[in-house]
Amino acid sequence: MVRGKLRIVLRKAALAFAVAVIVSPALLFFLWMLSLSLKPEIDNTSYPPVLIPTTIAWENYRQVLAEGSFGLYFWNSLIVTGTATLVALLVGVPAAYGIARARATHLAVVVMIARMTPALSYLIPLFLLFQWLGLLGTLWPQIVTHLVVTVPIVIWVMISFFEALPIELEEAGRIDGASRWQVFRLIALPLARPGITVALLLAFIFSWNTFVFGIVLAGRTTRTLPVAVYNSLTFEQVSWGPLSAAALIVTLPVLLLTVLAQKQIVAGLTAGAVKGG
Amino acid sequence: MAAVPGRAVFRRGVLAGTAPGFRDRHPYLPFILPAVLLVTAVIVFPWAFTGWMSLQAWQVGGERRFVGLANYARLLTDARFGAAVWHTLLYTFLAVLLPLVLGTLSALVFDERFPLRGFLRGIVVMPMMATPVAIALVWTMMFHPQLGVLNYLLSLVGLPPQLWVFDPATVIPSLVLVETWQWTPLVMLIVLGGLAALPSEPYESAELDGANALQKFRHITLPLIAPFLMVAVIIRTIDAVKSFDIIFAITQGGPGTASETINLYLFTQAFSFYDIGYGSALAVAFFVLVVALSLALIWVRARTNWTLSGGA
Repeated sequence: MVRGKLRIVLRKAALAFAVAVIVSPALLFFLWMLSLSLKPEIDNTSYPPVLIPTTIAWENYRQVLAEGSFGLYFWNSLIVTGTATLVALLVGVPAAYGIARARATHLAVVVMIARMTPALSYLIPLFLLFQWLGLLGTLWPQIVTHLVVTVPIVIWVMISFFEALPIELEEAGRIDGASRWQVFRLIALPLARPGITVALLLAFIFSWNTFVFGIVLAGRTTRTLPVAVYNSLTFEQVSWGPLSAAALIVTLPVLLLTVLAQKQIVAGLTAGAVKGG
Repeated sequence: MAAVPGRAVFRRGVLAGTAPGFRDRHPYLPFILPAVLLVTAVIVFPWAFTGWMSLQAWQVGGERRFVGLANYARLLTDARFGAAVWHTLLYTFLAVLLPLVLGTLSALVFDERFPLRGFLRGIVVMPMMATPVAIALVWTMMFHPQLGVLNYLLSLVGLPPQLWVFDPATVIPSLVLVETWQWTPLVMLIVLGGLAALPSEPYESAELDGANALQKFRHITLPLIAPFLMVAVIIRTIDAVKSFDIIFAITQGGPGTASETINLYLFTQAFSFYDIGYGSALAVAFFVLVVALSLALIWVRARTNWTLSGGA
């Protein structure tokens, strides 16, 4: 009896330890990031390193937010990611429905190859195209190139959601005389709403994070936040505090979404992944 | 930009009037068409254009002339390209293997029931969702030989300080460390999906036969989750081969060219040297490598005749 209880306690302790080991790389990293962003320069350059700041250096954040272009870069990020996500949903959701219902596997393969293709290989032709069209000073090149990221994600996630829907309801709708478009609009779309949330979240996050295209396509006034952070990393000698503060601000929206909507995001990642093979 | 197609297109007879029978054979065409046009414009057109450019000698702002396969011939004799291929293969091998092992172990733990499981899973997933540039920046500070926290942690366990990404000998393992930190959660999620679908009967009979935990894992769990491990290997391979953000933001291929993968070399040729022709040939070669690798893995999976639970 006592031995049995001891076994259970030991098992629980081992499990708690294992969970702590798995969670700590992520947790400690982001805590360290927070610590770097809140420490005055004297703490950030001291050895041994200090985790808890001696004084909280809010001026790191103030310095980033007071930088003239920060609002502009934030706005650029919102426009580029917002538009690329919205267009991908408008075009990708009906397409995924069509592919799922028509069992158009060859189209699904094209989408899969698009997911495999290195993003960089789109950059040379699109760069030349936008140069030729004279659009390089605007946000359009980035919006269009971000579609390369968002459209395959939306189609891929939505195909698996539509395939999982019961087809009987839609057949009943057809028998009652509804057109395919009405069946889609009035039956399939409302049922797929959780899937659309997932697709929206993933498309938004991965587009927000993208910066390869921006390095080449963005000018001084059209940078998105990740591109701006990359540029401040290489071209200006900034101290660690403000740099970490900037990095945290850039990734904060994404981290909040991940923690708040972890259920949807996990569902989407595994749906895309398991089907992705 | 193409929006949701108008209702009129779908009304009975509109398409049927122009092409008899066409609408019946492709009833879902109107749903797919806008996406097909968009994908053609932003994905298929660049593929074709890149292929054409790879046959030209073309510097930005310079003359363009047709040179046939000369750019590809140059690839074969380019020692820097050879080194980049080697770096890519080494990086990919490590960046698939480590997350696979660690992710599988993590999944076994997270398959148990414990309080705050959902919330903690959200924390574990954070590294793969976080903005790569932002985390690369913090890793760069952590790698700092004098002030970085990693060397401090090493000193706590009595290990000598390292130069991490600043030494050609350790730069690739250091970058793999970041990639492993970032992508182990994805393997964990995939394997968790496999573990959730396990039947309980084999375990019950193994229990009766007196099998221990390791035997049960080796002879029951591992074969049953093998298809999911294969999916994880495929996805991880695709992503690791074309890994760019982390390497570019932390080392830009350096020191020297010690961490220059094909992707980074391609970027340098096209956007630092502005050699559009050669850069395009690199892109095509890289594209072929990635797709061939993926198809080979998918073929292996199909050959072994595994079926995914829940797969269509």
